[in-house]
Amino acid sequence: MALLSFERKYRVRGGTLIGGDLFDFWVGPFYVGFFGVTTAIFASLGTALIVYGAALGDTWNIWRISINPPDVENGLALAPIRAGGLWQAVTFCALGAFGSWALREVEIARKLGIGIHVPVAFSFAIGAYFTLEVVRPILMGSWGYAFPYGIFSHLEWVSSTGYRYINFHYNPAHMIAVSFFFTTTFALALHGSLILSAANPGKGEAMKTPEHEDTFFRDIIGYSVGTLGIHRLGLFLALAAVLFSAICIVISGPVWSQGWPEWWNWWRNLPIWG
Amino acid sequence: MAVATYQNLFTQVQVRGPVELGVPLPPGNEERVGEPWFSYLMGILGNAQIGPIYLGVTGVLSLVFGFVAFEIIGLNMLASVNWSPVQFIRQLPWLSLNPPGPEYGFQILPPLQQGGWWIIAGFFLTVSVILLFVRTYVRARTLGLGTHVAWSFAAAIWLYLVLGFIRPALMGSWSEAVPFGIFPHLDWVGSFSLRYGNLFYNPFHCLSIAFLYGSTLLFAMHGATILAVSRYGGERELEQITDRGTASERAALFWRWTMGFNATMESVHRWAWWFAVLTPLTGGIGILITGTIVDDWHAWAVAHHYAFSL
Repeated sequence: MALLSFERKYRVRGGTLIGGDLFDFWVGPFYVGFFGVTTAIFASLGTALIVYGAALGDTWNIWRISINPPDVENGLALAPIRAGGLWQAVTFCALGAFGSWALREVEIARKLGIGIHVPVAFSFAIGAYFTLEVVRPILMGSWGYAFPYGIFSHLEWVSSTGYRYINFHYNPAHMIAVSFFFTTTFALALHGSLILSAANPGKGEAMKTPEHEDTFFRDIIGYSVGTLGIHRLGLFLALAAVLFSAICIVISGPVWSQGWPEWWNWWRNLPIWG
Repeated sequence: MAVATYQNLFTQVQVRGPVELGVPLPPGNEERVGEPWFSYLMGILGNAQIGPIYLGVTGVLSLVFGFVAFEIIGLNMLASVNWSPVQFIRQLPWLSLNPPGPEYGFQILPPLQQGGWWIIAGFFLTVSVILLFVRTYVRARTLGLGTHVAWSFAAAIWLYLVLGFIRPALMGSWSEAVPFGIFPHLDWVGSFSLRYGNLFYNPFHCLSIAFLYGSTLLFAMHGATILAVSRYGGERELEQITDRGTASERAALFWRWTMGFNATMESVHRWAWWFAVLTPLTGGIGILITGTIVDDWHAWAVAHHYAFSL
């Protein structure tokens, strides 16, 4: 069993949310816990269902395998297994696995005596998935509006869903989400660069300090958010990107069903222009 | 059961020490400018101190060139609504400064009203951006830091130049370039994808999106991890790199126990750097080969067995 040199002293009992000591053990590097067991069950069942769906389908081409939701006409009913029922079961398993994974992270954080920021952040991603696959289809009255599980089939869903609203780039929440994605990536480049540049200053130079980090950014743009602040900023930007992604899709259909370019007419038609 | 514990999100009590004037500069440098002050609002999230700044020659020139580009774009848009300030604000998101039409090819300077202004604005913006690159490089060397910021910025400049210069040059026409304007540049993106058979089938577009989402995922994971171990001083990353403390150990074990693998306090920043840099790098490749090498991504995907023919 591969244990890190300092790992043994951290492998202590406790921190579980449920199940007491029953599942409080490790398998190799993985912590198990009650939610590790449920994760394993949901994930293997879901994966097996996807493989079964691929076997039922007409291709083993990895790019083209697709587990499709029921037809729009099926509404919100349970569908036959070969006509979208498989998709419904996979979605159920996925949500079970994601939720279990998040709660397992909470147990690990408690065991290590650290904050629960990671599982909280992960719950934003689960929320976006839940919005796409459950909330929006329910609001629109059919599972047929959810996206399929396949590498290129889900891209085709994104493409055709976008064109249903003429030009999705005009969706204001989509604009905000994309801006947050770009800004997060930009900030990540700056943060990664800054740490690497201070830790790897080049031949003959001594390694630098947080004071150099602050000085560099103040010299460049007049402000340095600081060692703690950059991690708050990064987490905020990333979560905002996910949150606005969920908003931009859930308003498309349930709130606004025309083309997104037309949505902007309210601005041009404000009574203030004279 | 679960007991409510402190979760580090914001600075609750702000401590004001003397302002930090920065690491002393070697001889030959100019003075830093601006009297530093404290912003309570900024202090909630991160450092409260604003300023000082080092302007220097490249800084001033970069601002001047950037300002000229901004003015050319803004004045052209204002002219397009007959210099009406009200209509300028009303129609601002739709207003555009367009590159020259296809009839001008890649001619150095077409008439100003037929795209010449677009070329001049693009030139000033490019000079401004390159001066900013030089500035990040020189400031890093002056402080004895590595030049990682400059090279990651260069990756972004690569994408910008592909879109506005390199690909139009290879296609032999300025008309291929992206217009300046809020909705107009979105229209360009949409019609570019339609014209070349759906960019979703472009493998480099796939890579770029994967790195964009991957960067966001990484920053959420990294930011959350560091905040979670901040009670052990985890945000002091440089100290943790050279002298691993319990913050690093707990951060590493969190991921090891969660997913069987962990980065180190230094290597997580290498992951971050590459994911962020590869986003515009692969994106630029994807744009560059569209129309120059591949005319129809859907047809290309059909030929390579990952799309069905329509």
